[in-house]
Amino acid sequence: MSELGRNRSTWLALSGLLLLTAAAPALQGAAQEPAVAEARVDDPVLEAQVRELASKLRCPTCRALSVEDSPSGMAQEMRVLIREQLKSGKTPAEVEAYFVERYGEWILLKPTASGFNWTVWLLPVLMLAGGLFFVFLTARRWVEQGQARAAHLDGEEREI
Amino acid sequence: MTSTLGYISVYGALLLSVVGAVVGYFAIKPGDEGRARFARRAAYGVFGLATLGLAVMVYALVAHDFSVQYVAQVGSRSTPLFYTVISLWSSLEGSILFWGWIVAFYMAAVAYVYRDRYKELMPAVNATMLAVNAFFWLLLAWPANPFVAVFPVPADGPGPNPLLQNHPFMGLHPPLLYLGYVGMAVPFAFGIAALVTGRVGGEWIRAVRRWVMAPWIFLTAGIVAGAWWSYEVLGWGGYWAWDPVENASFLPWLTATAFLHSIMVQERRQTLKTWNILLVIATFLLTLFGTFLTRSGILASVHAFTEGLIGPFFLGFIALVLIVSLALVAWRSDDLKSDPALDSLASRETAFLLNNLLFVAFTFTVLLGTMYPLIAEAFRGVKVSVGAPYFNQMSVPIALALIFLTGVGPALPWRRGSPELLKKKFIVPTIATLVAGLIFFAVGVRSFLTWLTLVLAVFATGLIFGEFIQPVRARIKAHGESSGSALKSVIGKNRRRYGGYIVHLGIVVMAVGIALSATYRQEVEITLQPGEAAAFAGYTLRLDSLYAGREPHRDFVEAALSVGKGERLSTVMRPRMNYYPMSQNPIGTPSVRSRPTEDFYLSLAAYAQNGATATVAVIVNPMVVWIWIGGGIATLGALFAISTVGAVVERRRSGAAEVRTGPAKAGVGGAD
Amino acid sequence: MSWKKLLIPALAIPIVALLAYGLTRDPNIVESPLPGRPAFEFSSQTLDGEDLGLSDLKGKVVVLNFWASWCVACIDEHRVFIEAERYYADREFQMLGVVYQDEAPNARRWMERMGGDWPSLVDPASRIAIDYGVYGVPETYFIGKDGLIAHKQIGPVNSMLMKQLVDSLLAAPVTGEPSATSSAAGTEAGGS
Repeated sequence: MSELGRNRSTWLALSGLLLLTAAAPALQGAAQEPAVAEARVDDPVLEAQVRELASKLRCPTCRALSVEDSPSGMAQEMRVLIREQLKSGKTPAEVEAYFVERYGEWILLKPTASGFNWTVWLLPVLMLAGGLFFVFLTARRWVEQGQARAAHLDGEEREI
Repeated sequence: MTSTLGYISVYGALLLSVVGAVVGYFAIKPGDEGRARFARRAAYGVFGLATLGLAVMVYALVAHDFSVQYVAQVGSRSTPLFYTVISLWSSLEGSILFWGWIVAFYMAAVAYVYRDRYKELMPAVNATMLAVNAFFWLLLAWPANPFVAVFPVPADGPGPNPLLQNHPFMGLHPPLLYLGYVGMAVPFAFGIAALVTGRVGGEWIRAVRRWVMAPWIFLTAGIVAGAWWSYEVLGWGGYWAWDPVENASFLPWLTATAFLHSIMVQERRQTLKTWNILLVIATFLLTLFGTFLTRSGILASVHAFTEGLIGPFFLGFIALVLIVSLALVAWRSDDLKSDPALDSLASRETAFLLNNLLFVAFTFTVLLGTMYPLIAEAFRGVKVSVGAPYFNQMSVPIALALIFLTGVGPALPWRRGSPELLKKKFIVPTIATLVAGLIFFAVGVRSFLTWLTLVLAVFATGLIFGEFIQPVRARIKAHGESSGSALKSVIGKNRRRYGGYIVHLGIVVMAVGIALSATYRQEVEITLQPGEAAAFAGYTLRLDSLYAGREPHRDFVEAALSVGKGERLSTVMRPRMNYYPMSQNPIGTPSVRSRPTEDFYLSLAAYAQNGATATVAVIVNPMVVWIWIGGGIATLGALFAISTVGAVVERRRSGAAEVRTGPAKAGVGGAD
Repeated sequence: MSWKKLLIPALAIPIVALLAYGLTRDPNIVESPLPGRPAFEFSSQTLDGEDLGLSDLKGKVVVLNFWASWCVACIDEHRVFIEAERYYADREFQMLGVVYQDEAPNARRWMERMGGDWPSLVDPASRIAIDYGVYGVPETYFIGKDGLIAHKQIGPVNSMLMKQLVDSLLAAPVTGEPSATSSAAGTEAGGS
């Protein structure tokens, strides 16, 4: 999703990027939520894949946030898991299926396009299309009205 | 004592609302001055009692009077004073009390301002407002009573929700939203009054304009402020998650925006009457619906307060409002029909019709998406999620069409757009758009949707500027004025129109900010040891130190990072994690460095307990400030537009029930 | 009013019906797709430092409980588990805890304070939790002797549910291979 097209100097600066790997058992502060420092590998293609997949999944412990956006500990660990699975050769579809198998359809932020779910995908489109048609008919009727009136009256039409 | 006073105010307000509403409805026959006056005074009385109740509650909170149940729930001696005061709306009962006060305020205000006008409509308006008030005071008297006496009196309380105390902005966002939300009851009352009295023509439209504009301004400001707060305070780097409660505030905004455009058509061409009535009813219903969502617990959301009896009460009221409103519409449906005469499809009337459709389609889409988890469960028995990816995908086409209309609508004249006129208006913007399209492609915009957004933004801006430039040019030619004073007089004479155009410009700026920040966002998570530096997206950041601290209401762990563009480290940024005593989850506060071109956004993701490392999430977000700036422009434009609405209404007012349009001014400006 | 006009207010009915239905649902409870499936294998260290895996408990009825020291509702169900451990002491039954989003010292302290002799596994990267579709605590899985997940309980377990499920799982005969088509509570005799 990220495009670097606009920042020319970005390309140069990126070459100086330093990354650390800190794979460790749960390192935790005063809070009860352990913060596992994520292991990062310098592989932008993989990272982009992780990001895209994590954006599709719902963070199970938050409301309405994706696994990618969520700062919670569980979401972080899910991102680590996603990265591992992708690295080990699984396709994004397989990783997605892994999560759906355990959490159910609920873990997907977009309803699947199948069966009854088609209602949520198609109804807005149908409504918009139908509405446009209705608007067109109404506007045309108004123009016909104007033409009919103009045919019966002289000069400029006034609405009182 | 405090509880008793509270009880008196609540029960008193409830009683007076009910009695006033009944009397008011019986006053609808014109000439029944006595009953109309009673309803009006009842409105003032309810407001007085509401103010008493509110004052008592605020006093109880500040004085830490834990004998009052609400204070025992959200008060705490260790909470700073500011947050104690605003804990009034931090939890269910208090927020409903606040709501009740605001709706009483609006009711008293409209009763007072129109005390000598619209004599046929006002009794029904007052009665409807009293009925709405009655519902909220009933809630406060029964399932959501904040004044219940607590015995034995606890020594201290748990304090308000930590999220509330995280940022002083919580003092602004809910009141703004409430003033917007709740205010939509007034236009609704006018709509009902119009239906009940049968006066569905221009009268209620003229009367209602400022009473929909004012809440609209608050609602717009509240939504933008909420998005800003989500971004600057909550630390996930985004500003809109399509959470059900965010949607609940957005839905009435959509129908209210459609409404305030659509009434312009009824004012001039006495049409779209059915649209207007339905839109105003929908707006009020959506505000009730939004409140129902937050308080009934039927949808999981970050905002969800609590469940209990509130849900069924709200549902009952929504059902009542829905059935009664629709029945009234059905009853008056014949009076609501009308078709104007147009000479060309390319006219402003068509644009407004299209505008209505797009807003309603948008509303339907967001509403369906929000409710779909419930619908799916009802029909399939399975829980599904509908999140940001769905809403983003579905709203983009409609949003793009609206950007297009934002420019085209103002440029189209009423009734007919002659080819010469259209050519004159559209030629320069079209050329500018084509050139801009090529430029955008050349500098590297490859995402089609982003490119299209930018291109449409240029188009709309060009058309809107044209609406400023062309009359100014005409004035300069006609009167020989300087451009400055010509601009001033053009805008000054038509505040409503030009304020509206400024709002449009603000919206276009927001759209550009949203599109660019979404497409060109870059992010990474970096783990650093103290003293260590890293580079990303042209910035260098170095972790200076990691430390813990304590504030009266929370503990925190903070990282200090030196940050700069390129090699030179010029600023220190301090993202932190806050730990509240009563909450198990910490809440982060990000550190944001905003510049016109981009934001540099840091949040503390994790850290080692021994201080050895800190992990920061780094986001570079282009053009985000323009979203807030655009929102500000829109709000200011609306304030400008409303600033002489009263004068316009005065000029327009005539003895006749129907509006008389002034002579249509030929040429570019057109009738206002 | 003509009958056609009456249609308009009638539109209110499906909307209100849907919202009323919504009031009867709890949006926080998401049914898990796992019941009926074989329980996934996992192994980790217990709070006492020993290695333990699910396969070590093969043939037993396992009550797999995800918990945390910061979890208030876990306190309620804990006494149910202590009772169960005692009641089913000489049966093919094993209580097994997994620590969720918490730190080992905190968990150890909590168990010492609350009592109970069953092992709890640490889950540092939440692998076990994710593998079992956990999204909050407490969540408890009832695994039959055949290794199939019979039921997932979201929220605290009460003693009635505990007894009912464990009794039926203990009573169910074990076949050679786990049956692919078993229903939620208990398995039927017979092959796959």
